[in-house]
Amino acid sequence: MPEQLIFATEVALNGLMTGVLYSLVALGFVLIFKASGIFNYSQGVLALFAALTLVGFQDGQVPFSHLINATFGTEIHGFGFELPAIIAIVLTLGVMVLLAILIEKLVLKHLVNQEPIILFMATIGLAYFLEGLGDIMWGSDIKNLDVGLPQGISPVIDTVTYEWFGYGFFIDKLDIVATVIAAILVISLTLFSQYSKQGRALRAVADDHQAALSVGVSLRFIWVLVWSIAGLVALVAGIMWGTKSGVQFSLSLIALKALPVLMLGGFTSIPGAIVGGLIIGVGEKLFEFTVGPMVGGATENWFAYVLALVFLVFRPQGLFGEKIIERV
Amino acid sequence: MKDMKDNAEGYTTPDGRQIGGVLMEMKNITLRFGGVMAIQDISFDIREGEIRAIIGPNGAGKSSMLNVISGFYHPQEGEVWFRGARRPTMRPYEVARQGVARTFQNIALFKGMTTLDNMMTGRLTHMKSGMFSQALWWGRAEREESEHREQVEKIIDFLEIQHIRKTPVGRLPYGLQKRVELGRALAAEPELLLLDEPMAGMNVEEKEDMSRFILDVNDEFGTTIALIEHDMGVVMDLSDRVVVMDYGKKIGDGTPDEVRANPEVIDAYLGVAHD
Ligand SMILES: Nc1ncnc2c1ncn2[C@@H]1O[C@H](COP(=O)(O)OP(=O)(O)O)[C@@H](O)[C@H]1O
Ligand SMILES: [Mg+2]
Repeated sequence: MPEQLIFATEVALNGLMTGVLYSLVALGFVLIFKASGIFNYSQGVLALFAALTLVGFQDGQVPFSHLINATFGTEIHGFGFELPAIIAIVLTLGVMVLLAILIEKLVLKHLVNQEPIILFMATIGLAYFLEGLGDIMWGSDIKNLDVGLPQGISPVIDTVTYEWFGYGFFIDKLDIVATVIAAILVISLTLFSQYSKQGRALRAVADDHQAALSVGVSLRFIWVLVWSIAGLVALVAGIMWGTKSGVQFSLSLIALKALPVLMLGGFTSIPGAIVGGLIIGVGEKLFEFTVGPMVGGATENWFAYVLALVFLVFRPQGLFGEKIIERV
Repeated sequence: MKDMKDNAEGYTTPDGRQIGGVLMEMKNITLRFGGVMAIQDISFDIREGEIRAIIGPNGAGKSSMLNVISGFYHPQEGEVWFRGARRPTMRPYEVARQGVARTFQNIALFKGMTTLDNMMTGRLTHMKSGMFSQALWWGRAEREESEHREQVEKIIDFLEIQHIRKTPVGRLPYGLQKRVELGRALAAEPELLLLDEPMAGMNVEEKEDMSRFILDVNDEFGTTIALIEHDMGVVMDLSDRVVVMDYGKKIGDGTPDEVRANPEVIDAYLGVAHD
């Protein structure tokens, strides 16, 4: 293999993990959009909030400790114990479900039958609220997240590729694990939606609200369910991102990258979200590697948007998208 | 026909079917949309095992009445009684779970799903397995799934739609879509079946098929049926009793023969333009 191609392959593989993250955030978007026609701007913040909460539980942080200390002059910081990762994850999932219930009860319920743009604005508000809430509850410092996922360069891949190509690939074990976990998540979600009672109800709601009601499906239950699933997907994305680069507020910015992913993949297509995320994740790394040096670098900031724009011109419904469905 | 109303135990139809007591009763229903009076102080009942028709010109308020029964609209005044008890204000999915299934005037199918999948959603109210037992106890979930499949296949045979089992319903011609929608409602094994213009837009042959299915459903499964129809001829052949609506008011109620002889009904049907 020529040297350049080998380098390019390595770069592409490194972009895969970023792509998986974009895919996951986009997947959360698509799920909510399909089931309720809501464009959920807060999906990225949801991932941030989940990661913050997870670290908080793991480290035994007292929520709102800054606020409590400032108000009462106390010096509380932690409970003084740490929780095992698995328990912290389960607790965080509980929080995400609770959040879904609250979002439905306090926000969505009151906006039934409103214009999509109003619901969209409500989710912008939600995004800012959650970001602020995460800050007040858990503090704004960058936190380390370690739930025991393997990390570091994989020596096996290094050796094997060295033997094959005469060049050892540097691949982070975390990238591989993240990809596998994301694949398992997507497969489970697919099985769930195809074969479970709730999955069937979910597909019914995504297809036609009126018809779904007539076969005994509660829209409000489905909305809680779909926001809970979006919360689960956000948690998985938050764990991966947090493990890789620490839990920090810039995490919510992946939401912005999910937008070009959605333009590419289509707003209503689950495979589209996944393929779109991978294309952009890998594409922006490869572009930076090949074209970057010629234009002074930092192409990753704009590549995704330009690619999405090109797509908008030639295929507005995205790779796999259907026409946007009218809400009832 | 006075004796029919007075007899709480029901009545016997001319063709010898035994009709039971009151299943659903609408009491003084009034429904307004802003200034529009869609339903004005209407009362009537639906008895167990009967085929009850609601007829009237376009815009008379027939669909609105069906929507009140199925919980899609909530009347400003009046009461709905079901199985002898007053029904509190219910969401449509709650009504569906009580054993009331329906079809829509403008077909509401899951367009992206196949015929089979559409009909399987009709089984949702009967599906038991929760999320967790399904995740943990695959075997039971699978057994349940195949029981539902069996039920649905029976209805597919009954409606003679085997050939389109795997076809996405969005691609089916109108008449067949109507039939699939009926199938989905039947899959719920409803006690009360509501049909909003089941034969609208069909050709003569399709109408005959649909009439036969409606009669057979009533006969074989004992399902109580309330249907809206435009075509007087069809209604007279199908129904045991008829409510006639015009401009939101009830102008007639009785057997087809009685209704046909009612001068007000004749006026409504011949005096105003309608299709
Ligand atoms: N959702 C609605 N919003 C406003 N007006 C409605 C609505 N549904 C029905 N109407 C009005 O109620 C009246 C009765 O309509 P409908 O029940 O559909 O009549 P029918 O089924 O007998 O043709 C009409 O004037 C119609 O415009
Ligand atoms: Mg109508």
